[in-house]
Amino acid sequence: MLPIILRRFAGMLLVLFFVITITFFLVKAMPGGPFTSEKSMPESIKKQLLARFNLGGSNWEQYTTYLGLRRNVSGHYSGLLQGDLQLSTKYRDRSVAELLRDSLPISATLGLAAFLIATSGGIWLGSLAAVRQRTPTDTGAMLVALFLISIPAFVIGPVLILIFAIRLDWLPVGGWGSWSSLILPAVTLAGPYIAYIARLMRTSMLEVLGQDFIRTARAKGLNDARVVYKHALKVAILPVVSYLGPLAANLLTGSLVIETIFNLPGSGPFFINSILNADIFLLEGVVIIYCTVLVVLNLAVDIAYTFLDRRISLTA
Amino acid sequence: MHPPPPGAWRRLCKNPVAVVTMTVLAVVFAFAFLGPFVFHADPHATSSAQFAAPSAAHPFGTDNNGRDVLARVMEGARISLLVGLCGALISLLIGTSYGLVSGYAGGRTDAVMMRFVEILYSIPRLIIIILATAAFDHSFKEWLNAGGHTVLVGYSKIIILILALGCIEWLTMARIVRGQVLGLKNLQFVAAARALGQSHVRIIVRHLLPNITGIVIIYLTLTIPTVILVESFLSFLGLGIQAPQASWGSLLADGAQVINPIRSYWWLLLFPAAVMSLTLLALNFLGDALRDALDPRAQR
Repeated sequence: MLPIILRRFAGMLLVLFFVITITFFLVKAMPGGPFTSEKSMPESIKKQLLARFNLGGSNWEQYTTYLGLRRNVSGHYSGLLQGDLQLSTKYRDRSVAELLRDSLPISATLGLAAFLIATSGGIWLGSLAAVRQRTPTDTGAMLVALFLISIPAFVIGPVLILIFAIRLDWLPVGGWGSWSSLILPAVTLAGPYIAYIARLMRTSMLEVLGQDFIRTARAKGLNDARVVYKHALKVAILPVVSYLGPLAANLLTGSLVIETIFNLPGSGPFFINSILNADIFLLEGVVIIYCTVLVVLNLAVDIAYTFLDRRISLTA
Repeated sequence: MHPPPPGAWRRLCKNPVAVVTMTVLAVVFAFAFLGPFVFHADPHATSSAQFAAPSAAHPFGTDNNGRDVLARVMEGARISLLVGLCGALISLLIGTSYGLVSGYAGGRTDAVMMRFVEILYSIPRLIIIILATAAFDHSFKEWLNAGGHTVLVGYSKIIILILALGCIEWLTMARIVRGQVLGLKNLQFVAAARALGQSHVRIIVRHLLPNITGIVIIYLTLTIPTVILVESFLSFLGLGIQAPQASWGSLLADGAQVINPIRSYWWLLLFPAAVMSLTLLALNFLGDALRDALDPRAQR
C-alpha cells in the first residue's frame, strides 16, 4: 500500500507542476501585462516596476525565478520551492500568501457546507426513490433531480435571493458574517450535486436490493429500515464514494460563480479578477491551491475506496 | 453493445416524454433561428427607454441600455445553441476516435492512452478553458485579420470557446467508447472480418463504429447541455461572450446585477432563465428517453 501511495504522490506533484507551467505561459500569452492599464508610464519606470515584481527578463527567466531556480533581483532564490508565492501586482501592498490566507477559509467553509448538503441530501433522496421504486415518490424524486441538474446555479441563486432575502426577508442578501449568510450560497452550490448523487444512489441501491444477501437479511426477519440502512447502504454507497473526487472539483469551480452571485469575499473573485488584471502571481496562487485540493482529494477517495471495498486493489 | 435496434425511432415516438421534449426543442430552435424574421428588433440597438416593463412594443421589456430583451434572448439562444452543438460535436469527434483507437489497440497502447485521460481528469479543466480563451483570443483575432477573414473577427471569442470546450469535454466520451469497443472486439463478427483479411481501419469504421452509434448518440445529447452550461457559466463571469453580443449566461448576469429590494426588474431575469432552463431540461429529458429507446438492456 505505502509504495503505491508514494508513487501516486509523485504523480500528483507532476500534475501540479504541469498545471503551474501551463498557467504561467498562458498568462504570458495574454495580450497586455499587469501594468498596461496604468496611465502612460515611461518605459524605464515600467521596466523597474516589472523587475521589482520579479517580472523582468525573458519569459523563461521569469518562470525559473518564480519556481525558485534562479536568483531574483535582490540576489536570492525565492520562489515556489522556497515557499514564496510572490506579491500581487494589483493589490500592491499585499502578498499573494496574505490574500489567500484571508479568503480561503471562506471558500473552504462554503465548499464544506455544500459538500455535506450534497452528499447527505443526495444519498437520502436516492435511497428513498430506490426503496419506493415505481411509486409517485420515486417519480417525484427523480423529476426534482432532473430539474436540479438542468437549472444552472446562476438562475437558482438570484431566484432564491429574490424569494428568501428580498420578499420574505428571512436571510441576508449576500456578504459574509453570520451562519445564516451561509445557507443560501451553500444550498445553491449543492443543488445540482444533490441530484447527481441521488441518481447514482438510486441506480446502485436498486441493484443491491435485488441481491441475495438482502434476501437473507429480510429472511432473518429484519425490518425494512434495518435492511436498507444497515446492510444495503454500505454496499450501495460505493459509486457515490468514487464520485466524491469529481464532486470536490465541481464544487471548487462552482464556488467561483456562487461567490460572485452572493458577493462573498472568498478566493473565487480573486481568480476572476486576476485573469482580467493579468495578475499572474495571484492567479498562480489560486490555481495551485485549487489544483492541490483536487489531486489530494482524488487520492484520498481512491484510498478510502480500497478500505470500503476489499475487492478493489489500488494500482499505480 | 448494439446498433440502434430496429424500431428505435418508433419506440422513441411512443414515449410521450420524448415527444414532448422534441417538440419543446423544435420550438426553442424556431424561436432562436426563425424568431428574428418575425420580430424585427435589433438586439444591439440602444434607446432611451431604459428598464421598460414588458409591453406590446417590447414583449420581454428592455434592459439598462434600452435594448429589447426579446431580441437579445433570441440572439443569446442562437449563440448558446451554436456553442453547445458545435462544442459537443467536436468532443464527439475527438472522444469517439480516441476511444476507438485505444480500445481496439488494447494492451500497452490502451494503458498509456487511458492513463493520459486519467491525468487530464485530475487537472481543473475549467480553469484551463478560462485561461486558454483569455490567452488565445487576441492572437486568433490577429490571425483572422491577417488571413482576410474579417467577417469572423467579431466571432473570434465564440470560435475559441467552441474549440476549447470541444477539446476539453471529450474525456467521458472516450472512456465510454473504449469500454464498448473492448467488449465488441472479441466477438465473432470482428474475428470473422479479420480472418477475411480486412484492414484495421476498415474493421474500426465498418464494423465497430456502427455498433456504438446508439451509446454515442445518448452521450452526445447529454454533452450538449453540459457544454451550454459551461459556456453560460463563463459568460456569466464575464469571461466568455463579450458585449454587445449576448448569450444566456451574459443576459442572466445583467439580470442578476439589478436585483435590489427597491425595484425589481424581474423580466431581465425571468425570460432568459426560463428559455435556458427549458432547453437544458428538454435536452436532459431527451437524453434519458434516448437511453431507454436505444439501450436494449434498459428494456423490460
